[in-house]
Amino acid sequence: MGIFSKMFSALKKTKDKISQKLSGLFSRNKIDDEFYEELEDVLISSDISVRTSMDIVEDLRDKVKKDKITDNDGVVAALKEILIDNIERAEELEIQTPAVIMVIGVNGVGKTTTIGKLAHYFSENKKSVTIAAADTFRAAASDQLTVWANRANVKIVKSSEGSDPSAVVFDAISSAKARKTDYLIIDTAGRLHVKANLMEELKKMARIVEREYPEAHFYKFIVLDATTGQNAVNQVDVFNQAVGIDGIVLTKLDGTAKGGFVISMCSELEIPVVYVGTGEKLEDIDVFDAEQFVSGIL
Amino acid sequence: MAVFSGLSEKLNHIFAKMTKKGKLDEYDIKQAMREVRIALLEADVNIEVTKRFIARVSEKALGQEILKSLSPAQQVIKIVNDELTELMGSTNSKLDTSASPAVIMMCGLQGAGKTTLCGKLALHLKKQNKKVLLIACDVYRPAAINQLKVVGEKAGCEVFERGQTNPVDIAKKGVEYASSYGFDIAIIDTAGRLHIDDALMTELENIKSAVHPAEILLTVDSMTGQDAVNVARTFNDRLDVTGVVLTKLDGDTRGGACLSIREVTGKPIKFSSVGEKLTDLEPFYPDRMASRILGMGDVLSLIEKAEQVITDDQAKKMEKKLKENSFTLEDYIEQFEAIKKMGNINDLIGMVPGLGNKMKVSNAQIDEKKIERVKAIIYSMTPKERRDPNILNSSRKQRIAKGSGTTVQEVNQLLKQFDQSKQMMKQLKGKRGFRF
Repeated sequence: MGIFSKMFSALKKTKDKISQKLSGLFSRNKIDDEFYEELEDVLISSDISVRTSMDIVEDLRDKVKKDKITDNDGVVAALKEILIDNIERAEELEIQTPAVIMVIGVNGVGKTTTIGKLAHYFSENKKSVTIAAADTFRAAASDQLTVWANRANVKIVKSSEGSDPSAVVFDAISSAKARKTDYLIIDTAGRLHVKANLMEELKKMARIVEREYPEAHFYKFIVLDATTGQNAVNQVDVFNQAVGIDGIVLTKLDGTAKGGFVISMCSELEIPVVYVGTGEKLEDIDVFDAEQFVSGIL
Repeated sequence: MAVFSGLSEKLNHIFAKMTKKGKLDEYDIKQAMREVRIALLEADVNIEVTKRFIARVSEKALGQEILKSLSPAQQVIKIVNDELTELMGSTNSKLDTSASPAVIMMCGLQGAGKTTLCGKLALHLKKQNKKVLLIACDVYRPAAINQLKVVGEKAGCEVFERGQTNPVDIAKKGVEYASSYGFDIAIIDTAGRLHIDDALMTELENIKSAVHPAEILLTVDSMTGQDAVNVARTFNDRLDVTGVVLTKLDGDTRGGACLSIREVTGKPIKFSSVGEKLTDLEPFYPDRMASRILGMGDVLSLIEKAEQVITDDQAKKMEKKLKENSFTLEDYIEQFEAIKKMGNINDLIGMVPGLGNKMKVSNAQIDEKKIERVKAIIYSMTPKERRDPNILNSSRKQRIAKGSGTTVQEVNQLLKQFDQSKQMMKQLKGKRGFRF
């Protein structure tokens, strides 16, 4: 992956403003309290959580003192290093096949679109894919997913609106087993993490995968919208407690939002970011790269 | 992780260190504002908006007299909350439906919840005896038209669609259709788009000039972060929206984005969307939103209620008693009565943020019947006993138990509780007002 990856160019749109702010900071050429305070603001404005931003600035203070850094370039390099360290606290995820990937998240973050892109991405890599349309709640969700399945040219298992999503999962597993599919991707209805009954439904779906397909490697991916603010941390926290999250897909990075909240998730919950969504086209997906992400938000 | 409701506690902590002063001085305010700043940022209020807000509130708070009935922390919260509420505008969910047909155009980012909101609005207006047409102009997202059709069917409204053709033409023809067939309202669903996507933003401008909407509603996900400012500003600059609708407010987001949006657009927030059913649409309540952003549950309504119920005189009397350590069972019962006047106890507990959650989790509901029993026990005592429970020997206790229809055990329990309350109050001695 070159330096001009999709992720990097997507983040580039926002980069200029932050860089400007930073260079404004550095132009004063004084690494004092005011500098650190403003740096904290810069971090917060990319949606890194308030606490994490404070911690990062504290770490930077220590590092600057310890390494006797006096110039701007040195400070930037130190900050980058700290951010990357934070992200890399989460171990990179290696997906093994046969894999079942259950895609979860709150409403409107881009789950269905992400699944279309993932399906395309895997089949481009010469792997077989089956999609399970287990969002039986939202109006026309399975129609939407069918369009994506056709675009990516993969098989889809679906049922009628309002039917039991666990039944769709069950059927999709039999189909995936019979066809020896490398990847079974399960779409789920968007749900707010505060709705206890919907979280139970999700747990049930996960149990069915574990029971019916024990030989598969089971991954739960949460999709997070880069436009989201501090609530993303709550989302991950609750979903993680309910079913255990193996990876994050960060979507809508082609806007002006930066999704800095993933840094807290990597460092505190040690959940890695796996993929990023960078547009509305089938191929607008990229593998997450810590260094490029940090360069992108700074 | 995300610490909810910490603000009032933190402010209390700051002010606890101060000696009693009649006015808020610069140092106090600076200390307090540091916490307010964190609260706002954690609620996703934009950082620039936060800075301006803090500056304004600090100015207002400086030198303000602390009201008799409030602690300094409450005073600061009151100033912050009043300012927030004012910024948030008034409750105004009126839609301009005077034209015939009145065109309502939706816009927003992908996944904000426009299509669902179209259905909710349609139903809302239908209930006002309006004939509503839904126009499907999202020709990009797969199955968006189908989704609108399903939503329309649920709301019992006709959907106008021309497949995946030019959205500007569809809008124009849809509105023509609405006026020929006697529809009162035409709601246009548009595709979600990034505010920086110039081609698609131009498309919205073209739809606008083709159909002259009476309302252009910007739909915003209440979970939006710092970027809300950029999104709202761009949509408003290009379309001059007439109002904002906040969606997904049934989650646990503090929703600070709406403050940012108000600040940069000055446009009213007309509705909040609070669930997945078509009926889950509410007017926007600025005061509720303010305490939500501060992460304080309904603490403010609690303060208000306490203020209404406990008169200044009563408060003074209580303070004196505490100082003299002459708090008796008679006062104890008076307090119960005052609390009862404030409403259902379980509701009250729900209003105290941190406490409410803890109580719910442990399922430790306060039983109002128990309070009735406590009252019965106290009323079965002689006035002398009430003033000095120390004289209660076992035969007196037996009499009281019989008289109140309880047991000696329960009488003992009450006495123990009373002692504990007294201890607690001793610790609070010297502090003013209700602490929370």
